[in-house]
Amino acid sequence: MFGEGKAVCVGKDMDTDRIIAGRYLRTKDRNLWAAHVFEDLDPKLAGRLKGAVIIAGSNMGCGSSREQAAIALKTAGVAAVIAPSFARIFFRNAINIGLPLVECPLSCKDGAVVRFNLEEGWAELDGERCMARPLSPKMLEILRAGGLVPYWRNRR
Amino acid sequence: MATLSERILGGPAGSYVDVKVDRAFAHDGTGVLTREAFCDMGCDGVKNPEGTYLFFDHIAPANNTTTATLQAELRSFARAKGLHFSEIGQGICHQLLAEGIVLPGEVVVGADSHTCTLGAFGAFATGVGATDMAAIWASGGTWFRVPETIAIRLKGRFTGAAEAKDLALAYVRELGMDGANYRALEFIGDGVEGIPMSGRLTCSNMSVEAGAKAGLFYSDGVTTGYLAGFGMEASRQEQEPCEYASEVEIDLPRLPPLIASHHRVDRVQEVAAMAGTPLDEVFVGTCTNGRLEDLERLARILNGKEVRVRTIVVPASRRVLVEATRRGIVETLLGAGCVVGIPGCGPCLGAHMGVLGEGEVCLSTANRNFTNRMGVGGEILLSSVATAGVSAIRGEVTVPEAEDVR
Repeated sequence: MFGEGKAVCVGKDMDTDRIIAGRYLRTKDRNLWAAHVFEDLDPKLAGRLKGAVIIAGSNMGCGSSREQAAIALKTAGVAAVIAPSFARIFFRNAINIGLPLVECPLSCKDGAVVRFNLEEGWAELDGERCMARPLSPKMLEILRAGGLVPYWRNRR
Repeated sequence: MATLSERILGGPAGSYVDVKVDRAFAHDGTGVLTREAFCDMGCDGVKNPEGTYLFFDHIAPANNTTTATLQAELRSFARAKGLHFSEIGQGICHQLLAEGIVLPGEVVVGADSHTCTLGAFGAFATGVGATDMAAIWASGGTWFRVPETIAIRLKGRFTGAAEAKDLALAYVRELGMDGANYRALEFIGDGVEGIPMSGRLTCSNMSVEAGAKAGLFYSDGVTTGYLAGFGMEASRQEQEPCEYASEVEIDLPRLPPLIASHHRVDRVQEVAAMAGTPLDEVFVGTCTNGRLEDLERLARILNGKEVRVRTIVVPASRRVLVEATRRGIVETLLGAGCVVGIPGCGPCLGAHMGVLGEGEVCLSTANRNFTNRMGVGGEILLSSVATAGVSAIRGEVTVPEAEDVR
């Protein structure tokens, strides 16, 4: 599984309240979450996420267990998220909904092309490549299926 | 020779294990997506309804039609699948599970990040997202990477104006917001025995604010005594020599009252450094500090006084509210000018019952002060109940004295 996209840089300790604010949670409308993703950080950011690769600082997705944070990013069209470390619940949520993650430190340049490969576990930008801790075979399987729901359905 | 997490999960740190989940739960916030994922998986029956719970605590009662409709769907689902269902006003999921349900050694998984609260019983308790929870409802189990453990060694007893919440803020400051990511915390040392169950729940609750997967106390006389009060028999857990990834030592007698500010739980300083900061709201409650001991402490501080700032008190459960009413605590709080709300999460997550206006400052006993969490443009300061109580009287951040925490 590999892909590429234009880099969008966000800072470290990006909590799930800032990814999708609590005031938007009481709905099942995924497009609404996508429209308001990162609103409290930068209201214009949501419009730039189609096909983008987010490069975040450490502890990406800390805070609440709200899966809407990962869903909002995926629905907004984010191809992958790259960060030196992820908060563990966000990490599991992203895999479970089929949002690719690469856990390695990469210097971010807004708008530059980022390439990534999940099986080999790397991401690169402007010739700089970072190597990730490999995903477990089960996580890769879930990602390949498109998330835990299709993975589960296929297994039945 | 293993850490408590390794013993409960049955594997060495770093290994992947499949475990049976003893208690699995979601709430009105995460339950909506859990139900959706469960149905999308094509599942019908919940594997272990006896150990499966759905709590209405986050926006309870509902604040508008959309919320009410989503909650109605969840109610029917819970009924149809035979889950334990907890209605609005019963209390916060973590508190209700701490009232004679969770036992030492159990694996507890909740679709809520503060599930780590239940580690206070010597259970392995951790949070997951909705889709993970749906798979647990369907299969009765899940997978974990067994975490390495950081020891939080507690020395001595509180003698000053600090309480368990200050201890929690102290270790979060020490570790930082991601200092324990992928790891578990274990609270050990001679200081543990002097901390009652209410304080242990506070300490375990904040583990996730340092990124931890779980925060465990070994079950001891305090644990068995507390559970006996609920008619539950529990066993003790002896600590084995084991390897910790690192260790943080906290000297309880020397701990000052602490406060977190500027939208980071780890931006912690002494309350004295912020004394005089004007407040617009004080909030006492949540899964961190909404227990009977907390309300009792607040009532002692406010007895015969009057609050100078709007002060919202939300008991963590109906049982807490009933007992606080019986003991005259509620009357004291109302007499001091507080409002007492419906048991549940209250305004902690900024959805209802006390959201902040732009530029307003709230001193809260909760666990998170993220940007805009309690309302766009509002700032949240986090402190102990004693600090919140004395600050409510002055209408500004105030340092508590040792007698305020007696």
